[in-house]
Amino acid sequence: MILADPMFADGAQLWEIVSLPDNIPIVILLVLVPFYTWYALRQAKQNDKLIDELQVLDAKEAKTKHRKVQSHQKGWDEQVHVWPYLLRIEFLVALIVTVILIVWSIVLDAPLEEPANPNLTMNPSKAPWYFLGLQEMLVYFDPWIAGVVMPSLIVFGLIIVPYCDVNPLGNGYYTWKQRKFSIGTFSFGFLGLWCVMIIIGVFIRGPGWMWFWPGEFWDHHRIDNETFRHLPELLGFTQKESPISTALVGLIVLGGFVAVTSALFHRFFTKAKPEAYAKMNIIQYATVQFFVITMISLPVKMVLWHMFKIKYVLQLPWFNI
Amino acid sequence: MSVTEGPTKTGGKGEKGPPGSLKELVEKSREVPDLLKKPKEKQLWKSVFRHKLDGSPRNRSLAVLTNVFLHLHPARINRDAVKYAFTWGMGGITFLLFVNLTLTGIFLMFYYHPSKGQAFMDILYLTHDVPFGNLLRNMHRWAAHAMVLTVWLHMFRVFLTGSYKKPREFNWVVGIILLVLTLLLSFTGYLLPDDQLGFWAVTVGTNMARATPLLGHEGPFGAELGFTAFNDVRFALLGGSIVDANALLRAYVWHCIAIPVIATVFMIVHFWRIRKDGGISGPAGVVLPREVKGWLPKDKR
Repeated sequence: MILADPMFADGAQLWEIVSLPDNIPIVILLVLVPFYTWYALRQAKQNDKLIDELQVLDAKEAKTKHRKVQSHQKGWDEQVHVWPYLLRIEFLVALIVTVILIVWSIVLDAPLEEPANPNLTMNPSKAPWYFLGLQEMLVYFDPWIAGVVMPSLIVFGLIIVPYCDVNPLGNGYYTWKQRKFSIGTFSFGFLGLWCVMIIIGVFIRGPGWMWFWPGEFWDHHRIDNETFRHLPELLGFTQKESPISTALVGLIVLGGFVAVTSALFHRFFTKAKPEAYAKMNIIQYATVQFFVITMISLPVKMVLWHMFKIKYVLQLPWFNI
Repeated sequence: MSVTEGPTKTGGKGEKGPPGSLKELVEKSREVPDLLKKPKEKQLWKSVFRHKLDGSPRNRSLAVLTNVFLHLHPARINRDAVKYAFTWGMGGITFLLFVNLTLTGIFLMFYYHPSKGQAFMDILYLTHDVPFGNLLRNMHRWAAHAMVLTVWLHMFRVFLTGSYKKPREFNWVVGIILLVLTLLLSFTGYLLPDDQLGFWAVTVGTNMARATPLLGHEGPFGAELGFTAFNDVRFALLGGSIVDANALLRAYVWHCIAIPVIATVFMIVHFWRIRKDGGISGPAGVVLPREVKGWLPKDKR
């Protein structure tokens, strides 16, 4: 057991990370995100139950049934006045948030380190917690991918969501059954990749951006002796001796990855989502496919890195992937 | 003019003196208690509040419609739309935090010089000497962190309720831009204390810009296109090849003026479009697949 290791004897290191004022928001995130996920899923479940009930009724009967999980009584107006029914909530929320903020600001001081000194490197040198997902990505990809291409793709990928989701169902209510694919994909990206990468960056990365289990003592003198190799190298091609063959091997492997995942995705999507596939045009479909494969490539690269100690798959004279 | 004009008798109480006389002035001043009675029927009150304040439906509507700060709201909304379980209130909280950050930010600006060396001293001054300075700085910091959180949760909620679907597609796009702007605001603010934390975070962050494909001198094809450390995109961000005085000034201007102005413009669009796209998306009644024309595949229709 790693926890029996003297390195883990007390939770001092973990406490040091958790209690760092700048890390309080991520601790709050660790509570709020699961809570709201549960809160949403609970309502999705209620709505899904309602959908099931409606589906067995015939069309005419289904039409007259109350369609919301919220209670409804005869004689109630469909609308209420914003003043006071919405404004009182807004006022209350503003009050509560302000009180929380004041208490938070009295109890915890904003961090202030020594004056900036270009000659004294901070180790570990961590970005603010909300960027640690990107910083963690720097381990697996070169800066041009992790720092520039991936963030741009995340932003662009989010922007195109409404234009690629052709499913007309689930507009304005929580549901899981009617939107399994879109909610699954989004949750995989937001919870499974973005939040998890941030948690790794905050709680697991220590000096030298090395892997320290939560609670493990941050040994500043630790040296990782792991040697990383490149995939073409494992197959007997080195960039030094045969750059062209190395590049070709990389291109074949990467191309193969894209081809196989595309084929698998196509098979899965046409089987599982025939309605969506029929409705999508080729640009919408190709875009969704591209972003799903790009998203998958991150955990794939993580596995290659951690389990097989592979640094690059593709080596070209200009850049590596 | 005759002095006997008017309904007054000579002598006694309530008698008006000749126009312009002291007696008339004293008599006028006796009206003060009457003037203070029923303030709601007086001109001053009516000029500020255009309608009565009782709970009649008409006045409840006017309370919202005649108020510039509230008129982004409709007068009436869907009964279910006030359900906290549906909205989580995250968009509103985000806006509240933005307002809070603007106010605390303005106060902080009174005490801050964006110049190397002085900036750090200003933070020390704020922390230790300025009355409530430490509270002010803490509040600005924690509100900023909280805002990042609430923006994410707002996006999560909007996604899970499918609220980006027709007709709200473009408002989702505006929202993503606001998300990016929020992160940029936070990031530019990080450098301003000019301490080790901010300096290294921004150094690490902007070092990535070096690797921008085509535009960074260490990125793919950057060097081939003639970019060096002194003319690439990182140089443009920092106003130099290292994080120094120019970078501090640039971060300051972006943080305090440029990005807030841009974000405000996008927020105006964001809020406006919520109204124009039919208000909040739900909680709407559920829709069955068979009720959507052309949604089921042909063989199942």
